[in-house]
Amino acid sequence: MSDDIVLDVHDLHTHFFLRRGVVKAVDGVSFSLRRGEVLGLVGESGCGKSVTALSLLRLLPKGAARTVQGEIELEGEDILKTSDREMRQIRGRKIAMILQDPQTSLNPVFSIGNQLRETIAKHFPGPGGTVTQRAIEALRNVRLAAPEQRMDQYPHQLSGGMKQRVVGAIAISCEPLVMIADEPTTALDVTIQLQYLNLLKELQEASNMAILFITHDFGVVAKMCDHVAVMYAGRIVERGPVRQVFDNPTHPYTQALIASVPKMGDQRGRLHTIEGQPPEFSDLPVGCRFAPRCAFVEDKCLSTYPTDFSVGNGHTSACWKLEKPE
Amino acid sequence: MTEPLLRVENLRKYFAHTKGILAAKNMGQVKAVDDINFTIATGETLGLVGESGCGKTTTSKLILHLENPTSGKVLLQGKPIHGMEREALRDYRADVQAVFQDPWSSLNPRMTIGKIISESLTVTKWGKRAEIEERVRDLLIEVGLRPEHAQQYPHEFSGGQRQRIALASALASKPKLIVLDEPVSALDVSIRAQILNLLKDIQERENVAYLLIAHNLATVRHMAHQTAVMYLGQIVEYAPTKSLFDDVQHPYTKALFSAVLPDHPDLQNDEIVLAGEVPSPLDPPSGCRFHTRCPFVMPECSQEEPPLRETKPGHLVACHLYPTA
Amino acid sequence: MRNLPWIPLTIISVMLFMGIFAPFLTSYSPIDQSLPDKLLPPFWEEGGSIKHLFGTDIFGRDVLTRLYHGARVSLIVTALALLVGGGVGLVIGIVSGYVGGRLDSLLMRIVDAALAFPTILFALLLAVTMGQGLRTIVIAISLLLWARFARVVRGEVLAVKERDYVALAKVHGCSPARIMATHILPNVLNTFMVLLTLHVGVVIVAEASLSFLGAGIPPPTPSWGLMVAEGRGKISSAWWLSLIPGVAITLVVLAFNLFGDWLRDRLDPKLRQL
Repeated sequence: MSDDIVLDVHDLHTHFFLRRGVVKAVDGVSFSLRRGEVLGLVGESGCGKSVTALSLLRLLPKGAARTVQGEIELEGEDILKTSDREMRQIRGRKIAMILQDPQTSLNPVFSIGNQLRETIAKHFPGPGGTVTQRAIEALRNVRLAAPEQRMDQYPHQLSGGMKQRVVGAIAISCEPLVMIADEPTTALDVTIQLQYLNLLKELQEASNMAILFITHDFGVVAKMCDHVAVMYAGRIVERGPVRQVFDNPTHPYTQALIASVPKMGDQRGRLHTIEGQPPEFSDLPVGCRFAPRCAFVEDKCLSTYPTDFSVGNGHTSACWKLEKPE
Repeated sequence: MTEPLLRVENLRKYFAHTKGILAAKNMGQVKAVDDINFTIATGETLGLVGESGCGKTTTSKLILHLENPTSGKVLLQGKPIHGMEREALRDYRADVQAVFQDPWSSLNPRMTIGKIISESLTVTKWGKRAEIEERVRDLLIEVGLRPEHAQQYPHEFSGGQRQRIALASALASKPKLIVLDEPVSALDVSIRAQILNLLKDIQERENVAYLLIAHNLATVRHMAHQTAVMYLGQIVEYAPTKSLFDDVQHPYTKALFSAVLPDHPDLQNDEIVLAGEVPSPLDPPSGCRFHTRCPFVMPECSQEEPPLRETKPGHLVACHLYPTA
Repeated sequence: MRNLPWIPLTIISVMLFMGIFAPFLTSYSPIDQSLPDKLLPPFWEEGGSIKHLFGTDIFGRDVLTRLYHGARVSLIVTALALLVGGGVGLVIGIVSGYVGGRLDSLLMRIVDAALAFPTILFALLLAVTMGQGLRTIVIAISLLLWARFARVVRGEVLAVKERDYVALAKVHGCSPARIMATHILPNVLNTFMVLLTLHVGVVIVAEASLSFLGAGIPPPTPSWGLMVAEGRGKISSAWWLSLIPGVAITLVVLAFNLFGDWLRDRLDPKLRQL
């Protein structure tokens, strides 16, 4: 079973070193991803989910941020210890990424074909003809009509949804083990989002790659993911199989987050709210980071950060109210 | 029937599409808004739903008198708003206000919160300085902020707080209608509910009407009394929110509904996945504009444009599938 | 504080100090001739004396004294030219960018014409028709500056006017004049300040060039450009006459440019966060 694990992140700490102090954007995050698994990493802006993704690819802004502690094992090898050169081989080939904004993911001065061929040629060097064939195949896989003609087009000639498909084509062209999708559909319209999510799901099932799906939207998690991890202020507060977490959210933050989203079935009424704002990283609470906004806060929450308590079946939650009385 | 607060009649807005650097060549017209009609009643919310490029933002600009229509009218309490005298326009400005999507762009970084909120009062010489300060204080409390915030600058506030400030400045002149253009979509999930609840509380207290432009159907369901669905510059379905959500009729609305992501992993929708993308508004399809993507397309759809017809009391649909009730 | 650009600031402060307190820093006159003392070298050269630290010129005037007073002339010209040229450019840039349409096209074509015009030639022409002097040189340099300012400010206005708060100001009932004054102007001031500092160097060089060509401040009033020009003939025997004011010009222009760069980085909100 454990042989299936393709990506194992253990106790990851990534800090930003700013003029006004150190920001612990990722503060002890652990998770693992099995072959063919889709893990949703959910949280609000600033919770550290995107920094986690950048840490995995070692694409943090140089000088400003650094992973100071932890291991990222890709097929058993710690990629934090590999050289920059080896890392370039890993990126794209073993871990691919789709970002939120298709406008900035593609280079406007190169044709679609150029950008695809560049990635493919780097990881599968071969005669130009085969590279081109592979590129066209990748475009066909993301269901772009007339892929041969698309090769010569430039990003500005495509719509947002089509651009994001091209980004997807580049990401899957080298058959990565792990795909990191950072809010890939946030910039898309709802009907296009549905097309894109269905496409990702199909590609994932066909290739059995693992996806780390970063999102703020529980709907995306419900549709796409097998497992979910909820992040708050740099740490994972709850994780587990998707159905279990939706049926029985145990962390007060997860509960409140799910309850605060308007549902299609609801009539006009008041929404459940979480008062206040997420804490500033420069001024984190001593104990549980959600305690200042939590409806069930106790003395212990204010003094000590809770450990992960198991709720069964790999479902854990970092909340003191789950501590079993001795 | 009594005159509604706001009435939009046969409103059209075409933009000339030009190309070329030296001599601008006219390449045709973008029909951003093409013959739409709706009304908003006092104290009620109309939800306007659609994808990008459907014309909902242009509609809001026309209502806010930021653009002039190509033809058609917007009437506030029976009076057409375009081509008004200066005085009348000033009154209109006080009656119709707006909150936009991006809280980072809607507050002038060089003005204090107090100045921002009181701007509409200052320009209309609403009262003495002390009275205006008093009003700002009340508004800050009303939107859930503290009076001392008036001295601070926008950069000291988070997105949710900024949206509260934007709302306070919209409320300052006691408007009858506020255009809410995607008011929560730029905010974090846990903050959205706070703002939506606040909007509802204010509507109850002040009896203000909202035009809520949104792409999130659940938000519209939660907030709106009436809902209109736009596609390529036209309204395709327009009904009381409950009627619309209980009995979706237009195929495009159906597709929008099935694109809503499930609340729970077990609730996978029967999906109508639309093929392709929205056609260019520069060259909209003939007949029904949706026929190129419609799963129920019939021969007449490409020939004849379906009129907006009442299929049930108050429920209007523009589709050949639904003959008049 | 620790990130202030100390070297440029020091040079700028020294220049300001020299210009403002010129009469109190020296007992010599910058104008009166003293032929017995003519062409004394700087103190470190053979024959120099500490009475004339940077030596004397062909009329026996103290070079350091003239440098002090020249700084004063440069400062006055710079301040006036930036005030007039920068101010006009700011206003035209804001109006052109905000109002847009035909007015914008018209104003920008005038800007193009102004930028294409050979300024030096125009200044020489002015000097002939209006006579040499402060007024002529300020007008000539302002004519060079306003178009540059107008164009950059207009570009910035085009970005600022798309911000939602400008649309909301209209919804609040603000007049165009009020929007330009309270919403546009304060938000392009950062850019304007950076432009100002980056153009101090341009003005100093322009003033020096015009004085060098004889279209600037008339002698015997000292100006750095004029000093370089006067020393030109003696460059092989009395190198200090041209080189010392030349070095002064270089240092000051460099200092203002470095300061301008720093200010730009500082005021750019995108970089300010880090």
